[in-house]
Amino acid sequence: MKQKILNSVKVSFEAISLNEAFARGVLAAFLLQADPTVPQLADMKTALSEAVTNCIVHAYPGPKGPVRMELALLEGRVVKILVADKGVGIPDVKKAMEPLYTTGNPDERAGLGFAVMQSFMDSVRVSSRPGRGTRVTMLKRLDG
Amino acid sequence: MASVTFEGGQGHLTAYLTGEIDHHEAALLRQKIDSRAAGADIRLLILDFGGVSFMDSSGVGLILGRQRRMQMVGGTLTVQNPPPGVQKMLELARVPYLGKEKV
Repeated sequence: MKQKILNSVKVSFEAISLNEAFARGVLAAFLLQADPTVPQLADMKTALSEAVTNCIVHAYPGPKGPVRMELALLEGRVVKILVADKGVGIPDVKKAMEPLYTTGNPDERAGLGFAVMQSFMDSVRVSSRPGRGTRVTMLKRLDG
Repeated sequence: MASVTFEGGQGHLTAYLTGEIDHHEAALLRQKIDSRAAGADIRLLILDFGGVSFMDSSGVGLILGRQRRMQMVGGTLTVQNPPPGVQKMLELARVPYLGKEKV
């Protein structure tokens, strides 16, 4: 069953690391209306930060492109977070989602991004097409 | 924004981290910690997360990278004082930590 969208916001920004904090700030501002608990907000900020960081670190090895972020508050106090890029895509999504797997510098990256998203949100869906981009859709219920 | 201040003694160094640690800030913190530890004969590096208000898995990467560096010189790394939000991330990543401020 598809839940009705009560409110939504769409933002597009450059895939540069300065915008990780910007994205979290937008989320926190948008969620004021939903009055989440402090741990719920922290969980969602963390999951968003992971998704946005993935775009910034992996999506555009060449010239930087855009990251699209859509936030929505759905009926039944469900928060939807979508993060999408038009980058290189992920050839093997299943492998990319394995904990500790990273194609980044192992001295800097823990390979935990997707594991964190899955642990901190109620659902995470990833779709990707090599050469076309990647889209991550996450849901979190604020009640129950 | 994140920042780090240091307190050193013979063979040990404590880095007091504050603010939000994400991929952007972790890169800056890594440079500051590594350049401070370089050249000094540090056997124990303590990362104190008491002032950290947000941390994603980039913070785990920061810890594991510094731990590897310490191991290479025969030293150890300790994580201490993480607030609840940081504790959740550390537990997911199975990074051990000390709760008390004094080791």
